[in-house]
Parts: sequence; structure tokens; C-alpha cells
Amino acid sequence: MKPAGAADSTGKTGTDSPPRLSALGWARWAWRILTSMRTALILLFLLAIGAIPGSVLPQRSVSDEQVRNYFLDNPDLAPWLDRFYLFDVYSSPWYAAIYLLLFVSLTGCVLPRAAAHYRAMRARPPRTPHNFGRLPYSASFTTAASPQTVLAEARAALKGYRIDTRDDSVAAEKGYLRETGNVVFHLALLGLLIALGAGSLFGYRGNMLIIEGDGFANTVTSYDAYEPGTSVEPGDLQPFWLRLDDFQAEFIEEGDLTGQAASYVADVTYREAPGAPERTHTLEVNHPLSVDGAQVYLLGHGYAPEFTVTNPDGEVVFDQAVPFLDRQEGNFVSDGVVKVPDTGAEQLGFTAVFLPSAAETATGELTSDFPGARNPVVTLRAFKGDLGLDSGDSQSVYQLYTERMEELGDSPQLSPGETWELPEGAGNITFTGYREYISVQVNSDPARVPALVAAVAAVLGLLCTLFVHPRRAWVRARPDADGRTVVEVGGLGKTEGAGAITELHGISLRLRDRLRERPASDDTSTEKE
Amino acid sequence: MNTVLAAEPAVDEGMASVSDALIIAMIVTYAIALFLFAVEAAYGRRKAIKAERLVGVGASGADEDGMEVNLRAPDPETSASQHILGNVALGVTVLGFLLNLGQIVTRGLAADRWPWGNMFEFVVAVCLCSVAAFLFGAIRYKARYLGTFVLVPVLLLLGIAAKWLYSEAGPVIPALDSYWIAIHVSAAILATGAFMVSGAAAITYLLAQRTEAKRARGETVTGIAAKLPSSELLDRVSHRFVVLAFPLWTFGIIAGAIWADEAWGRFWGWDPKEVWSFITWVVYAAYLHARATAGWRGTKATVIGLVGFACLLFNFFGVNYLFSGLHSYA
Ligand code: HEM
Repeated sequence: MKPAGAADSTGKTGTDSPPRLSALGWARWAWRILTSMRTALILLFLLAIGAIPGSVLPQRSVSDEQVRNYFLDNPDLAPWLDRFYLFDVYSSPWYAAIYLLLFVSLTGCVLPRAAAHYRAMRARPPRTPHNFGRLPYSASFTTAASPQTVLAEARAALKGYRIDTRDDSVAAEKGYLRETGNVVFHLALLGLLIALGAGSLFGYRGNMLIIEGDGFANTVTSYDAYEPGTSVEPGDLQPFWLRLDDFQAEFIEEGDLTGQAASYVADVTYREAPGAPERTHTLEVNHPLSVDGAQVYLLGHGYAPEFTVTNPDGEVVFDQAVPFLDRQEGNFVSDGVVKVPDTGAEQLGFTAVFLPSAAETATGELTSDFPGARNPVVTLRAFKGDLGLDSGDSQSVYQLYTERMEELGDSPQLSPGETWELPEGAGNITFTGYREYISVQVNSDPARVPALVAAVAAVLGLLCTLFVHPRRAWVRARPDADGRTVVEVGGLGKTEGAGAITELHGISLRLRDRLRERPASDDTSTEKE
Repeated sequence: MNTVLAAEPAVDEGMASVSDALIIAMIVTYAIALFLFAVEAAYGRRKAIKAERLVGVGASGADEDGMEVNLRAPDPETSASQHILGNVALGVTVLGFLLNLGQIVTRGLAADRWPWGNMFEFVVAVCLCSVAAFLFGAIRYKARYLGTFVLVPVLLLLGIAAKWLYSEAGPVIPALDSYWIAIHVSAAILATGAFMVSGAAAITYLLAQRTEAKRARGETVTGIAAKLPSSELLDRVSHRFVVLAFPLWTFGIIAGAIWADEAWGRFWGWDPKEVWSFITWVVYAAYLHARATAGWRGTKATVIGLVGFACLLFNFFGVNYLFSGLHSYA
């Protein structure tokens, strides 16, 4: 398949590098680069291919729930996939093996290069070759100026180069930043990996709901879900406190996009630590609160209808706002559970649906036609019996366990302020109104800033390595038999293309012009007379 | 009550309809340009192009002032099919570019926000950048011969965008309402535009290689295949656009991570979109490595670059439709 022409052209480009080492050294150097670069290539491919299953299969790190559903849907296949860590691809041993090998290879490859580069930067520019004709670019012309003048002008013409004057020639080199950039880029990637590793050791993450008017103290027990890093102790949590003062959601009211959220704004008051002054912050989707190294994010929101429950004796036994969970069917049709353990008689439990903008569908079903609370309505189903709270097992607050309860019946639609008299004289429940809640995530990741620094260093290094073009240039000036000076300019670009020839030729032209512009004083006298 | 119901966000209907009219105008204009470029490719004459702008250095020799110049490894001769219509095509492309730009600006004005908040707008902006990258290449590197190869995917994408992705001008969901959209998505769009030109050059490269292989075997090649530019040139152009796009893509990923940190509470969460951006990045890094690896330059490296481009396309079309993630702009 491989065309003969292609083999030729790759062979040609391979010999561009200057033959500066001995044949053996050159071969060894070439061999080392060849093997390590090939290994790097293969590992890069494995890194890319290994990432694919993580986008196809649900991942525990993204959504535990989706993984559980996958297990339910594929009971035979899922355990096998799990054995290969395919639900935890990015924290799996085999993926770690790929990137650790890659970074070992990178270190082994880049550190010697860095050392060699450091020496090259301190050494004198490479000595002037004898025969300029072998260089990719060379030019020569004669001038009446003396060799010293030519070399002085050459130094001026080689602006931006590191210059070393030898007997009858000037050696110059520039573009060291390319190699520096390459080393910085690769080491920055290594730094990024280390920062990410540190983050998973020393960071933590927690989620909870806060109802308007309620406060939250940053302790492990305040969280609904809490994921600490491997080395995080409960005492390590920053001791801040915050309260949700007000939450406002705006939705588009009309047109095709009706119901799409337009903005969410939460006003919070917080203290960095007990005793610290209170401050306020406006929490928005792209505007987290940063407090004492932790970040507080607004993730979502929902409704918390408020209920009062009265027992048959007319005593109020429950008066609370209860957060309901959005069904995610649009327009915030939300489910919730009200548990009333202390009634003085049998315990009461309710499952409820909250509709912020109740409306009937064409088929007469009750639904919500807008996410904002235009016509808030609650419907309830009542149970009495044993809520099972005393068994000691922890219960979800969003689920009612009805095994030991008896159904009492369904309520009519309740608007704010309306009361439902429970059947069998079990008391009554009033839907008094609603508050809103926000769901919030607290993140503490000490690696954020180091990771950002490493990433920025990587980009800067990358720009240098891609856009800086190293060049070498030499100028030699020798008197010829006619008493004139022969000026030779030669050079090479160490990277492909990118205008090396143009630039070197520019130097020749500049040098010639400078020599021509010189006043007809000392050394031009021979011509004038 | 706590829920404040917003007034209808103003969508300027007049602007929106101008914008919609411009979609048709730009597609037609690009189609005409494509036709003209195709004519140039088919009926032009192969002429040498100097990709490096060498003042006064054609080949080795002495100039009038007695300077003797000697190029040991002059640029390999590079040539492409040229025709007077090519200049017209370039002009028409510039016109299409302006219409494209106008479409984006009017849409931004109509919706009063950055005009790349959904798939339709993203595609149109990517096309603008590809055409801009092509025009840059055509002027800076005389790479006009890429016209056909860039405009075919541009027109395909615009067609897909207009037929299947179209959505009316309007506001975006709160998570997209951030100045990071200007930074992150712009970087992604610019990079995608440049990757697309690189991909177009890479495919042309593979075709040109086949032509050259046939010639080397002594077969005669006819038709458009015979008029392709030299593979050496195409390889270089393809590489240059990756060099341009890769740092932009890197920057775009980092900007995205910063934005995700602000919006979602984590800077990297292996969301499918993030995974595929990462895969794309790694594959293009492999391409750059391959170019620096003995024995991999040429066809092998080019194929890696095209795999990178396939990942890029999959990240856009595949991920948005196949996987659910935080990124899906529905
Ligand atoms: C994390 C994975 C890596 C990434 C993303 C990466 C990326 C890159 C990029 C973008 C370049 C610039 C190429 C150019 O100059 O055109 C580069 C160059 C280079 N990389 Fe890597 N690299 C990685 C790992 C490695 C490893 C493991 C090695 C050694 C085995 C290595 C050795 C090199 C060398 C020697 C160059 C310079 C090539 C030249 O002289 O042009 N890299 N790398």
C-alpha cells in the first residue's frame, strides 16, 4: 500500500537535523527518542480509547442512580462490566495504569531533555561550520568594509539572537524558548495530575437543601449527602454558617420558550466562623459563594409547601414547611411526604403532590402548566398507623413506608389556606402556603488553584513550543585576494517550514544594506579614489 | 409570593427575521463559491505556488547586486490547479463570509446575548470560523485550492443546521448565561473552525498521495485527481491549522473547566462532553507527537489527525444526541 514516493520523502526529512554527534551517539540518541516517542504515542492512544467506555456507560462518579438503574435493566451484564471497573472508569486501576505509565514515560523523556536544554542554554552557540554550502541556507557577497566592521554590523543585524564572536565569524542562535516551552508544558501536565490527586485526598463535597428562612452549619451531619476525600476528618470542615433569606426564580412567560428558566437568585447571609461578622451574598448559577476555602454552589430549587396538622382534640401537632422533589417532568410537578409522628393518637402520614400552576389537561388530568407558582395546589393521600420511625433504621424523608399503615383516602385539591378534614375523625390538615428551597453543593478542593496554575503554565508552554522557531545563523568575514571582504551568511531552522529561509535571507539583505550605508570614510576610500 | 414572573425577554422580531433571511443568502452564496472553486479545480492549470514568501530567492543563483544565494534544501515544488475563476470564487466566498457574519450579529442583536447558545448557532459560528481560517490560508499561504474541500463540509453543516438544528432566536437557560460562554464557546468555535480546515486539507492530502503514488508507478492520472495540489503542501497546511487550533482547544477546555467550577461546583466531572473533548485533545496531541516521530509522518500522522477530527464531530453530534449530560443544550 505504501507508495514509494512517501518512503523517500520521509527519509529525506529525517536527515534534516544537524549531524553534531558522533555516529554512535547519534544513533543512540535517535534510538532513544524513537522508542520513547513511540511509547508515548501508544500510551496517548490508550488514554483516549480507555476514556470512551466512561462516556457510554453510566458512571458512579457522575450518577449513582443511573448505575443502579443499569444494574436493574441488565442484571446479567452489569456485574461483569463492574468487574472491569467499567462504572468507575476514571478511578479504575487499569486507567490509572495507563496514565501513570504515560507520566513515567513523560518524566523519563522530558527530564533528560530539560537537562540537555539547560546545558545548551548556558553553552556558547554552536561553532561556525567550515563549509556554509552544506547549510540549508547560505549566501555570500563582497563588501569594501573591513572584516571587523562586517562582524560588528552582523552582531547588530542579528538582533534577538544569542551571539558569540569567534576569530573571523559570528555564531548566533535563538528560539530557546521553544524547548523551554516544551519542558514546561510536559511538566505542567505532570503537575496537573499531582494536583488532581491531592484534590481527591484532601477535598470533600456535600449536598443539602435549604428552605427559605432556614440556616445551615457546615458539619458532616448537616448534609443530605457527603463525600469526603480519603484523608478528610469531620473536624476538618470549615466552620461557616449560612442562611437562605430569599429565593427568586424567573421564568419566561410567553412564546415558544414558555416555562424556560430565565434566572435564579438566592440571597444568603453567612458567617465565616462562629463569632465572625455576618455578610450577605447573592448566590446565582454562575456566581458561587466562596467562604474560607470552600465553594457554595446553587444547584437547583424546588417548593416546600407548609402544612399544619391538628389532632382530633384540636391541638396543632405539626406546623412545618416540607421540601418536595421535582419529578423532572417539567413545570415542577413535585412529590413529597409529610410525617406526623406525635399526634397524641395514631401516627399520621401523607403522600402529596404539589402543582405550582395547577391546570387540567385535555383528558381531565391534573397537571402543572407553568413552573412558577401561578396557581399552587396540593393533593394529599392520608395514612394512619405506624410510620416505622422507631425501628432505628434510617428512613428517607422523601418516602413513606406504608406497610404498617392504613389508607384513609385522598384529599380534594387544596389551595393555600384550605383545610382537609381527615376521614374517620383523624383530625385535619391545612395547606397554609409554601416556601421555596434551594439545593446547594459545598465543595472544598484544595487543588483548584494549583490545578489552574498548572493548566495556565501548560498553555503558555504550549504556545512557546508551537510558535517559537529556533534558528541558528553564522556570519563569516574574510579578506579576499582583491582587498575586499567576502561575507558569508549561513543558517538553518531547527523546525520544519515556518519561514526559516525567508528570515535568514532577510538577515543577509539587512547586513548588506547596513554595510552599504556606511559613510565613505576609512575603508571605502580605495573605491572612491 | 416569592416567585417573580419575568416580563417577556425582548426578542427583536425585525432583527430576527433579517437574521433568518441571511441564512438563506449565505448558503446560496457559499454554494456559488463552491461551484466556482470546483470549476477551478477541474479546469484550471497546475501552476507552481510559492508557499513561503521568499523575496528575491527563487532558487540558487546570484541577484543583481552580486549576492550569491545557495539553498541546499529548497522547498519542494508545490503546485495546484489555478484558474481565473478562482479569484472570483474567492470574492464570492468573502461575500458569503460577510453574510455569515451579518447573520450571527443580527441574531445576537435580536436575542440580545452572545449568539452561540444552542447547536444551530454553534454550527453557524463554526462555519464562519472555517471560512475565516480558509480565507486566511488562501491569502497568507496561497492555499486557495482548499476552497472546494472547505466549502463542502461548510455547506453540509449549514444544511444540517438549517434543516434539523434550527431554533428561533431567544434567551438561553441560566447556566449558559455567563461571560464564560463568550470565552469558552468562542475558543471551541475558533478551534473547531481551524480543525475543520485542517481536516479538509488532510483528506485532500490522502487523495493527492494516491495520485502521486499512481504517477510514481507510471500510471496516468486524469480528471480532478490529476489537478490536486502536491501532497507535501497539503500536509504542511493541515499541520499548520492543527498547530493553530490545538492551543485554542486546550484553552477552551481549561476555560470550560473554570466555568464548570463556577456553574456546577466541580471543574471536571467526566460528563460525556468533557470526556469527548478530552479524547479529541489527546488524539490531536498524538497527531503532533506522530509528526515529530520518525516513521510516523505522512499518511499515518494524517490518519491520526483525521481520527481527531472524527472525535470532534462525534463530540458535537454524537454526544449531544446519544448521551445525556449537563452539556446537552436541548
Ligand atoms: C500527557 C501526555 C502528553 C501530551 C498531551 C503531550 C503533548 C505534546 C504536544 C502538544 C507537543 C508539541 C508538539 C509539537 O511541537 O508540534 C509535544 C511535544 C513533545 N512531546 Fe509530548 N505529550 C505528552 C506526553 C509525552 C511523553 C510521554 C513524551 C516522551 C516519551 C513526550 C515527548 C515529547 C517530545 C520529545 C516532544 C517534542 C517533539 C518535537 O521535538 O517537536 N510527550 N507533546
